[in-house]
Amino acid sequence: MINYLARRVIYSLLVLAGINFLTFFLFFSINTPDDMARLQLGGKRVAAEAIERWKAEHGYDKPLYLNLKAGGTAMLTHTVFVENSLGILHLNFGKTLEGRDIAWELGKRVGPTLAMATPVFIVAVGLSIVFALGLMLFRYSTLDTVGVVALVALMSISSLFFIITGQYVFGKLMALAPLSGFSPGPGMFKFLVLPVAVYVLSQLGSDTRLYRTIFLEELGRDYVRTARAKGLSEIAVLLTHVLRNSLIPIITSAGLLLPALLTGAIVLESFFGIPGLGSFTIEGINNQDYAIVRAMVFFGSFVYVLTYLLTDFAYAWADPRVRLQ
Amino acid sequence: MPGPIRACVCSKDYGAMKIVVLWTDWVVFFVMAATLLYAWKVRHTPHLASTWRKAFASPTGSAATTVLAAFVSIGVLDTLHYRRLLSNSTGTAPTYGTETLSLLDHLLRRQQAGKERSYSAPLAYLAYEKEAVTTNGETRRIYPRLINAGTHLQDPAHDRAADVLTRGFVGAIKGMFVAGLLAGLLTWFKSRRNGRGLAAAWFDIRSGRTRMPLRVVLTTVSVLCLLSGIVLALSVEYHVFGTDRVGNDLFYVVMKSLRTALVIGTLSTLVTMPIAVGLGILAGYLGGWIDEVIQYIYTVINSIPYVLLIAATVLILMTFIDNHADLFPTAANRTDARLFFLCVILGMTSWTDLCRLIRGEVIKLREAEYIQAAQAFGVGTWRILSVHLLPNVMHLILISMVISFSGLVLAEAVLSYVGIGVDPAMQSFGTLINTARLELSRKPAIWWTLATAFSFMFTLVLSANIFSDAVRDAFDPRAIHN
Repeated sequence: MINYLARRVIYSLLVLAGINFLTFFLFFSINTPDDMARLQLGGKRVAAEAIERWKAEHGYDKPLYLNLKAGGTAMLTHTVFVENSLGILHLNFGKTLEGRDIAWELGKRVGPTLAMATPVFIVAVGLSIVFALGLMLFRYSTLDTVGVVALVALMSISSLFFIITGQYVFGKLMALAPLSGFSPGPGMFKFLVLPVAVYVLSQLGSDTRLYRTIFLEELGRDYVRTARAKGLSEIAVLLTHVLRNSLIPIITSAGLLLPALLTGAIVLESFFGIPGLGSFTIEGINNQDYAIVRAMVFFGSFVYVLTYLLTDFAYAWADPRVRLQ
Repeated sequence: MPGPIRACVCSKDYGAMKIVVLWTDWVVFFVMAATLLYAWKVRHTPHLASTWRKAFASPTGSAATTVLAAFVSIGVLDTLHYRRLLSNSTGTAPTYGTETLSLLDHLLRRQQAGKERSYSAPLAYLAYEKEAVTTNGETRRIYPRLINAGTHLQDPAHDRAADVLTRGFVGAIKGMFVAGLLAGLLTWFKSRRNGRGLAAAWFDIRSGRTRMPLRVVLTTVSVLCLLSGIVLALSVEYHVFGTDRVGNDLFYVVMKSLRTALVIGTLSTLVTMPIAVGLGILAGYLGGWIDEVIQYIYTVINSIPYVLLIAATVLILMTFIDNHADLFPTAANRTDARLFFLCVILGMTSWTDLCRLIRGEVIKLREAEYIQAAQAFGVGTWRILSVHLLPNVMHLILISMVISFSGLVLAEAVLSYVGIGVDPAMQSFGTLINTARLELSRKPAIWWTLATAFSFMFTLVLSANIFSDAVRDAFDPRAIHN
């Protein structure tokens, strides 16, 4: 068990190193720091000194991967790559173009995003399981068929539709919730209801359908027949036997929901004016601020790798076979 | 001396116009050729033919296929690009318009040219906003008549309803006529093939006694003909779906958006398919350190949330296009290059799933007896990979392509909305929704832009979802979920 988890942790660290290299390559090799400087200083006719000054200010004035001027190990360490990566390791993401510290911004914005993502995650997974179990009770009946058709239709509706109509109907016509905005503390509830509802609704179709197939597959197994032969009620079979054994695929898919949540956060936060990580990313894209986007890519991947690790731990908890490996 | 790389790969002069083939056009032609080749192969491979027949045998599957085929043909029409000849005086080189047009633009030239000044409701004859109009020295604020819609009406308030009804009715009749023609053609074809009389063939189709659900296909075709007949008849004198903020006819805009959606839905998986398939088969068959390295690569790429990866890459791409403006001579080249790279990036973020699936399948197949027999006979590794393994993972490739289609169409809308999708100048569902984001809160609400975009998108994605269900059920009822 310890051995298994230790291997997973080491592998995750290796993956993080790979992500760091990949994002560095994307950000610094396709467009060199010179291009970035030119973009920020504006126009093609920028004096060479101005470019050099901008690069020095942002710490990009060394060679990217290999410093031939320096001798010994400094040849490898006195480079933009090593300095930039070490900075990220110390959670020092540099400054935005407006001079704010990115790490501080991340710390400030992680709260609102979590406040939105956590209820979304719990409600979406919970509701989907409940609906899928409900369909299981009526499987191969007309209700099941109608349910599946409704799910496919629900899957085919763009999430933008839910956002726009949700905001219009509940925010504007019925004035049940504020259109956009955010306030910390208990007051946040009324700002979060609509985005959470919208997101859960747009996720419901595909999740329920997925869980339905997982349950259906599990229902065909021998232990289910045994359980029924023992005289257990259908509900008991579903809740105690099928649900328990479907946990592994459910955990996997729920873990995969996380990057989708970040996607959702980017769209929802910009729509509902929530000052979280998503709107920070949008700000970075609009200002063409490479530092913000690079920090967000690394931070997002870090969260993802961490969840993946937690998923592995959850496997070990849900399935004794993994534990004993 | 090597010339500069041109983003416009090919353009050829043909007297009155210059044929232009954009990057995505090449890929669309390639897809069409590959599809035809595959169809030919399916015809001559009995087990593939019977599987495909199973996919089309379900009534919902064949109806969805028919609708998709209609959308695809619109997309193909919009892929044949050319530039119009401006002047061709002798002695000088002919000059061509800077605007790259397509065959669809030509067919819908009336709708493309019939612009208004700003918003107008569907089938309206008055503009949405009041304007100051001076008549007889007296200035009043009134709703002005539209420039290109309802101009033939003498007394619009009184005549319009009757006019719309007559035109719609005539269009419906024409549509039904086309549908009847198609039905007749099908019956004739069927009777010739089966060697039965026309009446018997028609009876077979009508009562659903054909191997393929031809009745469903014909019904779907009739509905499509009816609807397009009505829309086309009305679009001669009206803006059937209204106009957008800059006065473009939404019927035209939404038709143009279809190609973008189709291109994104198919090309994204296709562009990266060789990588996914190649690496997946290699990792699964060879195992060892190669497997470890390939697994590491796709874990790394998979660990970056795809929106962020796309955001980063699009940002980088925009800087690249800004810095290398000389590579992209026309605006169409620029928007097309961005669409092409968006497809590549979307594919890059999705190939990992397919790669993992193929790897798992190949690990299972590696132990199969026929592979071991091939190894015992001394068949080379490359031959085993290409001849014995590749055809046996084809169904996975196919299923994953069909499944990812609808997801990609939906993703395009979201990405373009956030500003990291296609070029804002390119017509797509995402850009259309993006421009309309605040329209509902105007008074009176402008609902038609969103309604048009969402209903077309819904139809496309729904038929793609149903089609993918049918294909998946036929090829592999248990392999992939969701």
